[in-house]
Amino acid sequence: MTDTVNEKASPEPSSRFGDRDAVFGDSPEGTDVWQRVPYNPDDYGPVKDFATDFDHADRQYNPNAPEVWKELRESGCPVAHSDRYGGMWVPITHDMVHEVAYDTDHFTSRAVVPAVGRPGDLAMPAPVGGVPPISSDPPFHAMARRPLLPPFAPKQIEPWEDEVRVLCRHLLDEMGDITPGESVVDAAIDYAQNIPVNVIGRMLGFPEKDEALFRQFVHDAMERIDEEPGTQNGLDDLGKYIGEQIEDHRNNPRDDLTSYLMNVELDGNKLSDDHVGGSIILLLVAGIDTTWSAIGSSLWHLAQNPADRKRLIDDPEVMTFAIEEFLRAYAPVTMGRMVAKDHDFNGCPMKKDDWVLLPFPAANRDPKQFEDADKFIIDRKENRHAAFGLGIHRCLGSNLARLELRVAIEEFISRFPNFELAGDTRWSVGQIRGPRELPVRILAD
Amino acid sequence: MQIYLDAEKCQGHNRCYALAPELFDVDDYGQAVLILDGDVPAELRDKARLAASNCPEYAITITQES
Repeated sequence: MTDTVNEKASPEPSSRFGDRDAVFGDSPEGTDVWQRVPYNPDDYGPVKDFATDFDHADRQYNPNAPEVWKELRESGCPVAHSDRYGGMWVPITHDMVHEVAYDTDHFTSRAVVPAVGRPGDLAMPAPVGGVPPISSDPPFHAMARRPLLPPFAPKQIEPWEDEVRVLCRHLLDEMGDITPGESVVDAAIDYAQNIPVNVIGRMLGFPEKDEALFRQFVHDAMERIDEEPGTQNGLDDLGKYIGEQIEDHRNNPRDDLTSYLMNVELDGNKLSDDHVGGSIILLLVAGIDTTWSAIGSSLWHLAQNPADRKRLIDDPEVMTFAIEEFLRAYAPVTMGRMVAKDHDFNGCPMKKDDWVLLPFPAANRDPKQFEDADKFIIDRKENRHAAFGLGIHRCLGSNLARLELRVAIEEFISRFPNFELAGDTRWSVGQIRGPRELPVRILAD
Repeated sequence: MQIYLDAEKCQGHNRCYALAPELFDVDDYGQAVLILDGDVPAELRDKARLAASNCPEYAITITQES
């Protein structure tokens, strides 16, 4: 893959995901270009103080995030700030994360990935946004979300269980002969990362061989946020690819999510290709590294906690609660917002177009909301965790994510009841938190 | 014991349906539907409390706790 930018002549919908001329400096009202924010990571270097110089792309953030949140809370800083990315705020308490998530007047979802590129007012026009409905605000949001709800409702997702189980078993088989006490497998690379991408690709009716492209795209979109816009050309490749898939589905309609999206109607009108393509991008981004991260983090936890492994094996009924506790303690997803208009937020002078990070994982460890918040309690009975967000943008795929997480853990510990960390875990960079390399040694049963 | 579901607050997290399917169903859009009419029978009261205390949106409330 090279760093050249695709030609502008590429057809819709790819052109909307292609390069844009960026302007430097403040974004004037009514601009339709992306602003390259005045931020050079080299001027800042590694973060020394997360309260005043927060950076979710700092390589030390994800490996140590629970400690970072704890320090911020205990030092009496409920809202961290940063001049990076053109200005960013990070509320970390459950109350404040809840407040931002519910306040769609002051916080727009027009762009949800704080990075060096920031859309002007009209570049991702509210209330639709580039990847509806996650990028949409009310009142359009509810309209754009409604047709996507039925395919992801619990009773539509339940029948996928067998396929997910077969996939997990196949991945475990592929690990080859295992010698307990010696064999090391990578639970992220050989296992977790392959599960969600396969399932969402199948739901969309995309060829299985293209999974690597989807993962590259997600990596570019979510992990390379402090690199120059235009260098992340997985985005361009994917826009073109999705355009081709839409065309293929137009010629050969079939019983899958892509054909469903192309035929579903909003107010009597079919969705535009742009809208279908944007929603597919959303499903790929939201449906791949998120659940992969949750599976990886859960296995990372289990590798270090034999008592929890044993409990899951001896008492399978506890899984109902264990899954929610994995999601609470290791929630992978931090969302983003932009400040819609100047706003005093609990004493913080937020300016229009400032970024706001919404760290649901931090809210999940707020001791005001959860007893023993930093402790993993496998059968925690009261657990109003916010792993799938709060308010109108509740994760559309939460039922699928839960199914994949549960089956992935069940199958892994059924095959390998005992395992331990075997070397360094490499964590992701950016808003989605989870292991990207997770070597574990398989031990005797 | 009475249980109340605020459909406006429900965002379809689906926790109540998973924990107390005797009390809650979900519709085609994944929104919770209370299927119980009247008092919560004694044997389902623990489940009712569990559903209420796991709703992230505080959409379920229990009244007339006896």
